[in-house]
Amino acid sequence: MAEALDHPHDPLAGMSTDGLRTPAVIAPGHDFNSVTDKIAGIVLTKRTPIGWFFGFAIAFAFLLLLNLTIGKLLLEGIGIWGNNVPVGWAFDIINFVWWIGIGHAGTLISAILLLFRQQWRTSINRFAEAMTLFAVACAAMFPLLHTGRPWLAIYWLFPYPNSMTLWPQFRSPLIWDVFAVSTYGTVSLLFWFTGLVPDLATLRDRAESPVARKIFGVFALGWRGSARHWHRYEMAYLLLAGISTPLVLSVHTIVSFDFAVSVLPGWHATIFPPYFVAGAIYSGFAMVMTLAVPLRKFYHLEDFITMRHIHNMTKVMLVTGMIVAYGYVNEAFFAWYSANPYEGYMMLNRMTGPYAVFYWSLILINALMIQLFWFRRVRDNVALLFVLSLFVNVGMWLERFIIIVTSLHRDFLPSSWDIYTPTRWDFAMFTGTIGLFLSLFFLFIRFLPALAMFEMRTIVPEAKLQGDHH
Amino acid sequence: MNETTDIDALRARLESSRGKEYWRSLEAVSETPEFKEFLHREFPQNASEWLDPVGRRGFLKLMGASLALAGVSACTRQPTEELVPYVRQPEELVPGKPLFYATAMTFNGAGMGLLVESHEGRPTKIEGNPEHPSSRGTTDLFAQAAILGLYDPDRSQTITNLGEIRSFGSFANAIRAVLSAQQARQGAGVRILTETVASPTLAAQIREFLTRFPQAKWVQWEPVGRHNAREGSRLAFGDYLDAQYAVEKADVILSLDADFLCTGASGLKHSRAFASRRRFDGDRAQVNRLYSVESSPTNTGSRADHRLPLRASEIEAFARAIAAQLGVGGVAGGTVPEAANRWIGPLVKDLQANRGRSVVIAGDGQPAIVHALAHAMNDALGNVGATVTYTQTAEAQPMNQRAGLQELVGEMNANRVELLLILGGNPVYSAPVDLRFADALAKVPQRAHLGLYEDETAALCHWHIPETHFLEMWSDVRSDDGTVSVVQPLIAPLYGGKSAHEVISALGASGERSGYDLVREYWSKQTGVTMQAPPAAAAPAPVAPTTPAAIAPANGAQVALTGGAQPTPPAPIAASPVAPVSPFDREWRKWLHDGVVPNTAFAPRAIAVQANFAAQVPAGAGAQGNGIEVVFRPDPSIHDGRFANNAWLQELPKSLTKLTWDNAALISPATAARLNLISGDVVELTQGGRTLRIPVWLVPGHGPDLLTLSLGYGRTRAGRAANGIGFNVNVLRTMAAPDVLTGVDLVKTGDTYDLASTQDHWSLEGRNLVRVATTAQYAADPDFVKKQELQPLTGLTMYGEHKYEGYSWGMAIDQNVCNGCNACVVACQSENNIPVVGKAQVMNGREMHWLRIDRYYTGDLENPDTYHQPMLCQQCEAAPCEVVCPVAATVHNDEGLNDMVYNRCVGTRYCSNNCPYKVRRFNFLLYQDWDTPSLKLQRNPDVTVRSRGVMEKCTYCVQRINHARVAAKLEDREIRDGDVTTACEAACPTQAIVFGNINDKNSRVSKLKASSLNYGLLEELNSRPRTTYLAIVRNPNTELEPASSAGEERTNG
Repeated sequence: MAEALDHPHDPLAGMSTDGLRTPAVIAPGHDFNSVTDKIAGIVLTKRTPIGWFFGFAIAFAFLLLLNLTIGKLLLEGIGIWGNNVPVGWAFDIINFVWWIGIGHAGTLISAILLLFRQQWRTSINRFAEAMTLFAVACAAMFPLLHTGRPWLAIYWLFPYPNSMTLWPQFRSPLIWDVFAVSTYGTVSLLFWFTGLVPDLATLRDRAESPVARKIFGVFALGWRGSARHWHRYEMAYLLLAGISTPLVLSVHTIVSFDFAVSVLPGWHATIFPPYFVAGAIYSGFAMVMTLAVPLRKFYHLEDFITMRHIHNMTKVMLVTGMIVAYGYVNEAFFAWYSANPYEGYMMLNRMTGPYAVFYWSLILINALMIQLFWFRRVRDNVALLFVLSLFVNVGMWLERFIIIVTSLHRDFLPSSWDIYTPTRWDFAMFTGTIGLFLSLFFLFIRFLPALAMFEMRTIVPEAKLQGDHH
Repeated sequence: MNETTDIDALRARLESSRGKEYWRSLEAVSETPEFKEFLHREFPQNASEWLDPVGRRGFLKLMGASLALAGVSACTRQPTEELVPYVRQPEELVPGKPLFYATAMTFNGAGMGLLVESHEGRPTKIEGNPEHPSSRGTTDLFAQAAILGLYDPDRSQTITNLGEIRSFGSFANAIRAVLSAQQARQGAGVRILTETVASPTLAAQIREFLTRFPQAKWVQWEPVGRHNAREGSRLAFGDYLDAQYAVEKADVILSLDADFLCTGASGLKHSRAFASRRRFDGDRAQVNRLYSVESSPTNTGSRADHRLPLRASEIEAFARAIAAQLGVGGVAGGTVPEAANRWIGPLVKDLQANRGRSVVIAGDGQPAIVHALAHAMNDALGNVGATVTYTQTAEAQPMNQRAGLQELVGEMNANRVELLLILGGNPVYSAPVDLRFADALAKVPQRAHLGLYEDETAALCHWHIPETHFLEMWSDVRSDDGTVSVVQPLIAPLYGGKSAHEVISALGASGERSGYDLVREYWSKQTGVTMQAPPAAAAPAPVAPTTPAAIAPANGAQVALTGGAQPTPPAPIAASPVAPVSPFDREWRKWLHDGVVPNTAFAPRAIAVQANFAAQVPAGAGAQGNGIEVVFRPDPSIHDGRFANNAWLQELPKSLTKLTWDNAALISPATAARLNLISGDVVELTQGGRTLRIPVWLVPGHGPDLLTLSLGYGRTRAGRAANGIGFNVNVLRTMAAPDVLTGVDLVKTGDTYDLASTQDHWSLEGRNLVRVATTAQYAADPDFVKKQELQPLTGLTMYGEHKYEGYSWGMAIDQNVCNGCNACVVACQSENNIPVVGKAQVMNGREMHWLRIDRYYTGDLENPDTYHQPMLCQQCEAAPCEVVCPVAATVHNDEGLNDMVYNRCVGTRYCSNNCPYKVRRFNFLLYQDWDTPSLKLQRNPDVTVRSRGVMEKCTYCVQRINHARVAAKLEDREIRDGDVTTACEAACPTQAIVFGNINDKNSRVSKLKASSLNYGLLEELNSRPRTTYLAIVRNPNTELEPASSAGEERTNG
């Protein structure tokens, strides 16, 4: 995959483009100072752009909606949602899987592309990692809040010594989830913070406000940029990348076990782990695209997030999207090939049942629409890509809806079949988490460097002249 | 309040009313709804005082004083049968151990013998009385739900006169004053209106009253009574008689629109008898055959081997045709539809081949002539004396109730009625609409109502007296075969209510007497046994306390209910026995203990069918009209509306429609398609200038061009659960057409209405969930059940097999005998403290029933085969729910039960998602009522009351297992087969559900599981359910159903 995307040791990477070559990872004319000035300037400016306030206000309003919903949820119970029997899980788990999936791109970009020495990752990895963290925060809310008694679930799901000598039930995939997601969250946080340390020191040194200096100073952990610091930093970062790499595969594999381990037609499938992981990366890159396009436009970061990045992200989406589409074909094939009437009906119900419109929308988006990414003209059209990336987000949400709701609402006994209809509180919870995600993201781009300054400095031509930094 | 009161109209009204009319305001005279509303608000006379500070202070002073004085006035002498606190703990009462008392429930003009479980003085659960000939230890759904009726917080709680609280004494004085004025005219202006009376004591009291007032009249009115059956017997025999069917002796049964298995006073008996001929554990030749001709689908029809849907008005012609072929004198065959014509030949042949071993039963909704024809057919077939006998009626005073009511209303309108005592019933709601009962009632100067609720009738009466629930009162009742049971109270009246006995006696010469004394006195007189105790010296030894074995039925099923309880004491509320005991007391105690008065069943009467009875009724009188036809039926859940405020029954999915909380106009799919209707479309029905708007609901197998309207809904003053629910179909029900209304215009309104159904899907989708064969197929291939496409993989397990050393519980459900009567569902709800969630939650698929009855159809949409499949936790050996619970809240125990640990549950709902049977129920919101005090009394103390956020499900009634375990341990023995009966098993009239230890190869459940018909549902998932099902074997007549088409059906099932 890496070879197909880029040459890892291209000595001319970062040089100007001549039309025939792939676009550079950084626009020409930048040096160490200009990069640092540009990126640190976003954070250290005294004049917060009015647009930021505008965006943050909207996001924050939805965050308040989330708080309201959670308050009502805790007071009244999850009956405020549309879940029922047989559809025990609905928006709650759809949103959980969706957010966790989105989080995957950050880790993939940070860890795997680092190990594959993909230089183009440097200008997007920081905010992709932040996105991961925020997405995991949104996701982690659901496994807890979807329970009937979250005040107990919050600690009974962890193995802790207690007077009842009771452990969690380790055969349950939900327990595996607890470990997978909490590990993922922890490692992602460490990885993100470790990567931030040199930049925090830069901000500490450049900040004019004493308060900001103090705060950045605390979090910079006394970074002075000595060779020893850099040596340890590199080693720590590499180790964390090594730890994160299997997590990219494991987290969504385990999330897919929530379904694959069950007996339900439509859930009980061996294709789920790879299919889920590919879907996660696919949706994660779509979200990076969704965030990167306005970000580079608004903060004039076209020099740093170049068409090269845009192209590469599109290609990753195309590849992973095709794997997902293969998953759909595979599901349909096995529903027929297994000759199992329950599986067969499940597939038929997806295609022709009450939720068929969602199934075909999902096929349209995730299998057909992404074929547009084959075309260079599409890949060059940033505005179009932004719209398409939004569609991919929707498509991947629909995929989880189809997997969860259509499998549950008509299972083995026709007597228990029912219909699921979300309530306004389902939508409030969902849009609320989007509000939380965007609020955090707005705060992040305002108070922390959205791009890794010190890493960007390694890809300016100046750095190349001094030799490979690795 | 209404400002536009028409003064002239009021004046006219006042002038037209005769005698003293009391009115308090113009609105009171005009009787506007607003005023009625106002009248019944709390303290209407003082409401305005609240706005005035001075007035409020005065009001509060008054209230304070009256509260203080209330304490003084409460010091009345308590009657001797009241409960007294323990000075010394009674020997038989151990806290935590329930006691069981025999009593009886009066319903449909007959009694059902019951055993009621009582925990520390509060009744919690109703079971059938195994000693009782009609119930034999089982109950129907109404009896199961009656316990909630007792604790209904909406029951009326105070005696009122025009909305103001009064004492019983002032009521009695007021009425006595009227009566003494009537004395001179021999009571010519006095009328007593009751429901069908089946209590010998009450009948004797009323007759005595009528001897004092010879010109007074007693009218009985039951909205869904056995009017037609009664008149049919008079038509056939010239006398009111009850037919007693020995269904177990019949090889061929023809049902003419009769739901004889699930309705009526003999339903339980018939169900049990019918089931006894449908089991395939032994001799297969004994299987009976049921032909059912019916208009509206019934549970009985769902068990039929051959079912013919016809319009209700066509059934008479069909009956005549059959009768003519059977040689009933004076009957000529009429024209019947083509489908029916095909039936007649084979059916008559089958009936004639089984002379003396067949029976024809007519339904209560069919006109009297059909009943008479059925009697004549039975006579012609030589069945009388064999499968059917005739006795005097269980009701004390059979009369033509419809004519009686009509006459009463006429007299009321003619102002000839001056005092109307309505003892039970709700005629304002239920009387035929064209009688305008409410208008006539307004013309009666003095009207009093005794009832459980301040209902529509109470609102229009001057006096309302809260009636005692049958679990609060002393009475007696005859069951269908005449056997008398004493109704004994389980608890002192919760709201100080009065029984009809007490009301009548209070108006009598001797003044108010307790029901206890009245019933005892009557029976002492009847039996001639003296209530005088012999002198102490000569006192005989007290009756030896009876042991639990004494109440053990022949089948032993009921023993476990007592769970090793102590001997049932003679009377719970009677004063402690004082030696010496009178001869009557010795008998009395035995009656109370057994729940039956011995040797009171009626002897069969010799009968002779009157010649030419059929000529009295012109043929085809009812088969007119080309429009839509409507049949009125009692609602399967709330009957005629008397159970409307019972939330268990409201939420109970009606057996064939699975509707809850509403009624609808049932319609066949073909008719609906022709009229361009789908379920939920609101239609407007018009006939004779009366209209009704009601949504339709499609029911496969429903008669063509026919709507079924069920009674009991659209109540306005029934209580919080029932007010405004459903549609009052009484607005179309007239004197002339109380059962079948023809020539109805149907107009689609374009509106829709949301109906809450618990099962939206009818079809089996080709899945082998219900396995069916015919008798011929079964004989040819006894292992057909095992020859299915999907086979379980045995022995595949990651965790190893568990060896069950002691007990290993299991259940078998015989689908051959289940008729979907729903008694088990209510029994489970009652036993296990299952909450009610309301219509909105049911519509969202959140009903909480641990046990549901799945209903499937196969075959032709217009006449499908209907199957009932009770579905409860299957207690899988390899339970899919257990492995996915993250906190181990659902685990397997060492007796094979899939335990649910509520305290540990955090509510992920993964277990429910992974349950292939979807029998787990989740408390999405706080469904339990934690606040209403009376409802707290009802709950079973042995079962956890679940809170919000917790999953729950069937436990195989683990609390009953544990009761039996304690009892067995005390006696140092193993739990015997039959010691444990689950609530559903105990209630089941057909004994379709059998629970027991599958490690014991001789247990009933093991024997059923060894049957070749036994199969587990979805066994191919390797869940290894402990609940298994017995496949259905139908017994069709090969002339009507060739073997080849039966074969197609099997692959279908």
